[in-house]
Formats: sequence, C-alpha cells, structure tokens
Amino acid sequence: MHEDGHDSGKATLSTWQAWLRQARFFAEEAYSARYRGAIARARRDEDDLFMLMVFSEVMGVPNPASYYTLELQPLMLERFHDWHRRMGMERSPLDHFTCC
Amino acid sequence: MSAIVLLVIGLGGMALGYFVYSKLIAERIYRLDPRFKTPAHEFEDGVDFVPTNPFVLWGHHFTSVAGAAPIVGPAIAVIWGWLPAFLWVILGTIFFAGVHDAGAIWASVRNKARSVGALTGDVVGKRARSLFMVVIFLVLLMVNAVFAVVISRLMMDFSSAVVPVWGAILVALVIGQLIYRRMLSLPVVSILGVVALYGLIFMGPSVPIQMPESVGGMSGNAIWILILFGYAAIASLLPVWVLLQPRDYINGLQLFIGLLVLYGAIVLLNPTMVAPMVNDNVPEGTPSLIPLLFVTIACGAISGFHGLVASGTTSKQLDKETHARFVGYFGAVGEGALALAAILAATAGFASLGDWQAMYAGFGQGGVTAFVEGGAFIIHNGLGLPEATAATLLTVMAALFAGTTMDTGLRLQRYIFQEWGMIYGIGWMQKGAPATLLAVGTCLLLAFGAGGADGSGGMIIWPLFGTTNQLLAGLTLLVVTVMLVRLKRPMWYTLAPLCFLLVMTVAALLTQLRSFYNEGNYFLLFLDLVVLVAAILVALECAATLKQQRRTAARQQE
Repeated sequence: MHEDGHDSGKATLSTWQAWLRQARFFAEEAYSARYRGAIARARRDEDDLFMLMVFSEVMGVPNPASYYTLELQPLMLERFHDWHRRMGMERSPLDHFTCC
Repeated sequence: MSAIVLLVIGLGGMALGYFVYSKLIAERIYRLDPRFKTPAHEFEDGVDFVPTNPFVLWGHHFTSVAGAAPIVGPAIAVIWGWLPAFLWVILGTIFFAGVHDAGAIWASVRNKARSVGALTGDVVGKRARSLFMVVIFLVLLMVNAVFAVVISRLMMDFSSAVVPVWGAILVALVIGQLIYRRMLSLPVVSILGVVALYGLIFMGPSVPIQMPESVGGMSGNAIWILILFGYAAIASLLPVWVLLQPRDYINGLQLFIGLLVLYGAIVLLNPTMVAPMVNDNVPEGTPSLIPLLFVTIACGAISGFHGLVASGTTSKQLDKETHARFVGYFGAVGEGALALAAILAATAGFASLGDWQAMYAGFGQGGVTAFVEGGAFIIHNGLGLPEATAATLLTVMAALFAGTTMDTGLRLQRYIFQEWGMIYGIGWMQKGAPATLLAVGTCLLLAFGAGGADGSGGMIIWPLFGTTNQLLAGLTLLVVTVMLVRLKRPMWYTLAPLCFLLVMTVAALLTQLRSFYNEGNYFLLFLDLVVLVAAILVALECAATLKQQRRTAARQQE
C-alpha cells in the first residue's frame, strides 16, 4: 500500500517535471526564436571586429597589443575563411597562409 | 441582441473557415506537401533558418501581426453600426486574410524563403518591385504617425495608464537583463514580469499623471507625441535584446491574458448590443460605408503587413510546408478574434444608446477610447474588477501594442533610409543616428502636418493608412495569383479578393480625395494622390502580368 503511494507520488512528480520542462521549452523558444537572427548577426559583427584586431599586424596595420593577439591567431584560424569571404575577399588576403 | 450570440456566430464562422475553407485552399490550391524540403531545413543555419515547432511559430507569427491596428480599425468602423464591421471582419478573415497569409508563407517557402518584396521582383517584374518599396515606406510612415497619435490620445484620456505604460518599459529592461545574465529561469521571469506589470496596472488609478492641456504654447497631445518619438528613436537604436525582445515577450503574454479576460467577461456578463445593427443616423461628415469600411478595417480583415511578416521571418522557420495552413490561416483567425473582441467592446459596452452616440459624435472619434471604455464597462460588470483598473488594463494593452509597433516600424524605416543612402552613395544617410532622425522627422511631419499643430487630427490619416495596407496585400495576392497561373491551378480564390481590394481601395482614395479637397487639406490631398497613383499602377501591373501569363500558358498548351 505504502509502496503504491510512493510510486504514484513519484509518477506525479515526474509528470510535473515533464510539464515544467515543456513549459520551459515553449517559454525559451517564444522568447528567443524571433530575435535569434538579429542577435546572432550583432554578435558576428563584434567577432568580425575582433578578428580584424587579431590579424591586423599581418595585414600591415600596427597593433600595440600584437604580442598578446598573436597567441590568439591559432584559435581564430578556424573562422578565418568565413571571415575573409564575408568581408568581400574571395581568396585569403594573406600571402603566407592560404586557407582556400 | 445578445453579445454572446454574436460571439458564437463569429468564432464559429472563423472555426468553420479554418476547418473547411482553409483545408480546401491548402490541399487543392496551394497543394501543401509534407515531404517538401522547406528552406528551414535546406538552409538550416541556427540563425535565420531554424525548423521551429508549429505552435511556437504560430505564437510568433500571431504576436508579430496582432497589434493595435485590429483594435483601432474596428472600433472606428462600428460608427456605421455593428453588422457591417462584424461581417467584414468575419468574412474578411475567412476568405481574404487567411488565404493571403497562408499564401504569402507558401509563396515564400517555394522560393527559398525570399521576402514578398524580392518575390515581386522575380515573379512580376522590376517595376512592381520598386512600387512595392514605395508602398512599404508609406505604410511604415503612416503606421508610426498614426500610432503616436493613438498613444498620445490614450495618455491624455486615461491618466491612470501613464505610470503602467512607461513602467512596463522599466519592467522589460529588468527582464531583459535577468534573462541575458541568466540569473533566473525563463518561466520564473515570465511570472515575475506579468506580476510586476499587473501590479503597476492595479497601482495606476491611484497615481494618475495628467499632462497639462498646454505646455509652453504646445498642446499636451503634441508634447506626448514628441516624447513618444523621442522614446521610439532611442529604442530603435538600442540592441534588440535590451528592450525590444523582452518587451515583445511581455506583450505577447499580455495579449493572451487580455483576450481571455475580455472574452471571459463577455461570456459572464452577456451584454446586449447597445449600438444599432446598421446606423441610419450617422453623425454629419461620416463618409459612405462603401468603400470606406473596407479600408477603415484593414488588420482584422486583411492586411498587407502580414505578408511582410509571413515572408520575412515565418517562412524561414517553417518545419513542414503543411504547417503554413495552421501558422498562416490560424494566425489570421487569431487576429480576427481580436478584432471581434474590439467590435463587441465598442458596441456592447455602453449603458445606453445615448452614451454610445455621445462617444461616436463624429467620424474618427470613439475609436480606441470607445474600446477602452466599453471594454472596461464589460470587465467591471462581468468580472467585478473596478472600472478604473479595467480601463487602465485595456489602455495599457492598446498602448503597449502600438508602442512596440512604433519601435519596430521606426527601426525598419531607418533600414530603408540606410539602404537608400547606400544606393545613392550618400555617406551620412548610411549611419544609424542620422537615418533614425530622418525617419522620425518624416513621421512627425505627417503627424503634425495632417491635423494641425496639436497633432490630434492625425487620426484623419487612418483610412489612408488602411488603403496603403490593402495595396500591399494586393501586391502579395498578385504574386500568389501569378504563381498559381504558372502552375495552371485555379486562380479565382486569390484573384477575386485581389480585384475586390483594388476596386475598394481606388474608390476609397477617390472619396477621400474629394473630401480633402473640400476641406482644403492639401498636404493629405498630395499624399492621397501618391497612394492613388501607386494603386492605379498596381492595378495596371496586375492586368498586364496576368494577361501575359495566360498568353504564355495558352501558347504552351498549343
């Protein structure tokens, strides 16, 4: 008897949790779906500026922080191809390393 | 007549439209295919193209298209009696709006989720595309000017709503931060936000703020309009997550709560329709019902603005093509339900016919004020909420809708100016702040130019806004019709609404042209002429394109 009560209590709890998850999913989607694009674009713009700073020295623009940004170059390399294409350059602008 | 009967007939009619007519349209005309790979899957990028749950997508589509317009339009149009407005809203939703909205999604989905503007260029021609841009610009211009006037009037008439309306912005800012910094989970934040908003609404009547009738030689109305544009300009420049996103979210929640409260109160109170069925005794200066009814109610019956939302964002997130029926058509039904609530509030929410006639003493009067007062009467008597609180609740609902439309509209207008700056190589116009100033300037010119220095006459442009909106819908219907002709499918389901819209729009423009001329309002006369030229060009474009398409189709058959 006691076991039954315990089980049904557990079942109710998991139903509630499932319901809460569902509510959370709908709320999150309702909040973010409409502006996902706008926010991602704004973020990409910021990243683009950062990318320019990291690679500025390589392109002949003096950068006082180049000692530090040099360390970041390998981390940013993955995104370099997309970046230069987005900036309107079909091919890599750098002579010494070509990604495409 | 009992309001419940009307409510049941109205909702029943729209439900029938959804279950029967939209099925026919979806299966026989658009032939929506569950196996078709939608752009959301084809170009999935997690940013713009995201396959989305149909209920979530419906919620977005509905809250994006539903604003203050389906409240203001019907609340003005009941001056001719409740029956004409009721019939146009119900039949318009079933045969016009649903077909148009679902059609816009379908057309876009079948063309790589391109926007209706771009589609007009591809499907109809370059000329039509330029025309489309002009019409969009005019719609945005008018919507911003008109909504500023609507809110300023509400602020003047219902001083109890000033604190909650501006407080809602603060609530949105806080919510935005809480969510952005992930301090609390979203359901908790939602509940807190709604509680805070309704707390402000309940507090509103005890802290009224009344703008003086005149400040430094300017009327209170005019001051509010200036403040509103100042706010909208700043809001449209802020990153979207700071204000726009949380504000839209809270508004969406509030839309559902407001609709439930209003419909619940109508069912509990069962008020009688106080206004006449057809008003034989319209105030002097009221234009004739045909054609003006069909442009006074645009949103709620058919609205071109929906096509922009449907093809701009909704089509990029459609998981399956068959969802276009639910998202598009049922979205239109939701908007029809909002318009129906506005009609019932503005006609049944009065104690006597005399009260109603006093409210509708002239064309363009009544409107959203009638909706608020009538709705407050119904909620007070049906649910027992104090009348001042109920009025504050509805004012906040209408003002917040109009407000979000304004900041989105101003943002879009800024983009258009920036694009023009790029096309014509004008450097300063490509920057955010000057382009926003230009957008605000043109809107202010319209708000004050239309109705004198106090800005209160800006409502005169409401029917003109309706006509422009209908023209936009006409262009979308043209795109859908041309696609249907090319696919050799029946075209009358979209061509008939298109022809009806064009005839009514041109007739309404001519009627208004005469009245602007008689009043000596040359500013609006000029604007009317611009829209008229656009309307005639749209009609010519329709005739030419369809003739050419049919000739091509006939040649192919030979």
